[in-house]
Amino acid sequence: MTLTFEILMLVLLIVTAAGAILVKDLIGAVLILGTYSFLLALVWAWLGAVDVAFVEAVVGAGLATLFFLLTLFGTALKDTRIQRPAPPLLAVLGLPILGLLLLYAAEDFPAFRDPGSQASVHVSPEYLKNSLEQTETTNVVTSVLMDYRAFDTLIETAVIFTAGIACTLLLRRNRE
Amino acid sequence: MIQSHDSVIVRTMSRILIPLMQLFAFYVLFFGQYGPGGGFVGGVMLGTSIILGILVFGPEASSYRLAQKVIHGDGVGLLIFAGVGGLCLIGGGEFLNYSSLEIPWVDSDAQRRSLGIVMTQVGVAVDIAVTAISIVLSLSLIEDREETNV
Repeated sequence: MTLTFEILMLVLLIVTAAGAILVKDLIGAVLILGTYSFLLALVWAWLGAVDVAFVEAVVGAGLATLFFLLTLFGTALKDTRIQRPAPPLLAVLGLPILGLLLLYAAEDFPAFRDPGSQASVHVSPEYLKNSLEQTETTNVVTSVLMDYRAFDTLIETAVIFTAGIACTLLLRRNRE
Repeated sequence: MIQSHDSVIVRTMSRILIPLMQLFAFYVLFFGQYGPGGGFVGGVMLGTSIILGILVFGPEASSYRLAQKVIHGDGVGLLIFAGVGGLCLIGGGEFLNYSSLEIPWVDSDAQRRSLGIVMTQVGVAVDIAVTAISIVLSLSLIEDREETNV
């Protein structure tokens, strides 16, 4: 099993994430963040989650970048602080420890594409077996989202509706 | 803040790209049952195509007037989604159980579920597209307000 693509992707992800934080020109930072989303979409597609990759590419790299840019045009284009405040000691010490803990916990994950892992033996075989017969939908992700778990999707739609309403109320508050 | 773009290249490319984006958005929306995509991505792309029209052609363009009309329909998508659930209740089943949808020319449960998925996806797409346009129009008001205050 070759890891070249994964290692390249991880290095690029870390570089773009760090670049988005460190760059002083905020428009540049937003565009680097869009690049980060595109790379993440590539990783999702590589892992087989094509629907997630599609959403990440369209929303993360497209729409979120646009929202950030429009916000920047309304506020300030540059980070004008000469020197950034030093990160707190808790973050400097705590985050590496947290990372090590996560790496330690990752050892207990089931192997990638393991058919006997917990997630693959509970309900997902039912969906995979019955989706075509019960819903005439070959894309199981769609049938799970829209039929088997339609209630969750309804609430998610309500969340997005609420976000739009909240933005309108906050930003148009003082307008005649 | 929103004004039409000067560059001929940008305007010409947008004129070509916007219909293609909308076509692809509808393809993704209705093909989501058989390939990657679905209501969420289709709605985002539909909204983005109208936003591109707003940003490039400015407030005089038809897409801006369309957007200003469209944002009054915020919540219609949610209503479509929940309405399909309500139709299932009327048909005698559980909420969002599409097999009890009363559609006259459809006779198998699987086809009813398939149609229910399509209808709810349209609802999700409308909701997302309208929300995206509404947020962009709200964000574009920030600078206008500051200018009027000064």
